Amino acid sequence: MRRQKEELILHNHNSDGVDRRGFLKCMAWAGTGALCVIKGGVLRSYSLSHPASLAASAPDGELAFVQISDSHMGFNKAANPDVVATLQAAVDKINAAPVEPAFLLHTGDISHLSKPTEFDTVDQVLKSAKAKQVFFVPGEHDVLEDNGQQYLERYGKTAKGAGWYSFDKKGVHFIGLVNVLNLKAGGLGTLGHEQLEWLEDNVKGLTASTPIVVFAHIPLWAVYPEWGWGTEDSAQALSYLKRFGSVTVLNGHIHQTMQKVEGNITFHTATSTAFPQPQPGTAPSPGPLKVPAEQLRSLLGVTSVDYVPGTHTLAIVDSSLA
Amino acid sequence: MKKAILSAATTVIVAMAFGLSRSSQARPAANGQNTSNGQYQVKIDNFSFGPATLTVPVGATVTWTNQDDVPHNVVSTDGKDIKSPVLDTDQKFAHTFAQPGSYTYYCSIHPKMTGKVIVQ
Repeated sequence: MRRQKEELILHNHNSDGVDRRGFLKCMAWAGTGALCVIKGGVLRSYSLSHPASLAASAPDGELAFVQISDSHMGFNKAANPDVVATLQAAVDKINAAPVEPAFLLHTGDISHLSKPTEFDTVDQVLKSAKAKQVFFVPGEHDVLEDNGQQYLERYGKTAKGAGWYSFDKKGVHFIGLVNVLNLKAGGLGTLGHEQLEWLEDNVKGLTASTPIVVFAHIPLWAVYPEWGWGTEDSAQALSYLKRFGSVTVLNGHIHQTMQKVEGNITFHTATSTAFPQPQPGTAPSPGPLKVPAEQLRSLLGVTSVDYVPGTHTLAIVDSSLA
Repeated sequence: MKKAILSAATTVIVAMAFGLSRSSQARPAANGQNTSNGQYQVKIDNFSFGPATLTVPVGATVTWTNQDDVPHNVVSTDGKDIKSPVLDTDQKFAHTFAQPGSYTYYCSIHPKMTGKVIVQ
């Protein structure tokens, strides 16, 4: 494994020379959120932990939004005894950013045990966000016991099936997918036949220049299958998106930042606002990672890892938030 | 005389049968888990069931205890109708196996976690 310290720098987004890999190296995330700006169909992200530099380059993108993930409301073990405080800190950080996001995307595990009080608390905290509109997809912790019925009633009233849907903002097509239901023994995340058919139909009429943003809880690429960090039938989903010039896939679930570029598709996973999890293969299991209290928020920060199927070498790039 | 021999023989047979059944209850499970009085334990920790395969006699009760710091559950994969509620840390689920057979199960929240109980 290689570990490199990476400076937090913001690309001059008027430059044409930034290719996707260069952009990814510059991706820096606050422990609890990231500001994403879409300009010219290309997604760029800016760390919310460096608001001064953010103001200096004043992104004038056409669309700005923030991804948060894995709030796990109700979790209270040693890895983080106060997940309300860290979620509130995320919202405060988003509110303090010089660029106000148009909306928030929550990529799931809103609650820890699917309890009504847990969902209520998240809703309450998010009310303090200046950005009033929040889009959700469920995590496996949000659909316990009732196969996602409560999740649908709260967040998926206009969605299809188990909660998939799409919407458009300023010419960008957003697609929320659900890959945490009907999980088979020994398996990974799954989208299922009905949702895949819907997806194929959903993007059929779009021009190839339409920027696409797909968000789902479990990663849509094989981050680390041994720990269930992947989706069995994502290849079929991605095949419907291959013709598009700009596709961005935003996921959660693994509680750390990872990026991967495949052709025109950029994959990214977000950190959790609740607790970190170990890097692939560095612990017996993917459970909550306990660290000294003063280190918690720094470990909610950025760690990106490139995983290449068929090899055993992981390249890790750290961007400390301290 | 015949009747006495017959009843004595019957008593002996019954005693032998009783002795046999008692000794089968006392025989430890293949994995050496806590086996007193037909009670068997599976620990859930580190996203795994321990032991992953547990062999028990017919009539045994198996108790799953979640010692992990995330919730898990126990759900049949082979149509055998075992479905625990979601278990938070320290919560338990017990199932008594009245029929012999092989019972595979998994955690439906974290499907990579699989286990098996063999009842014989």
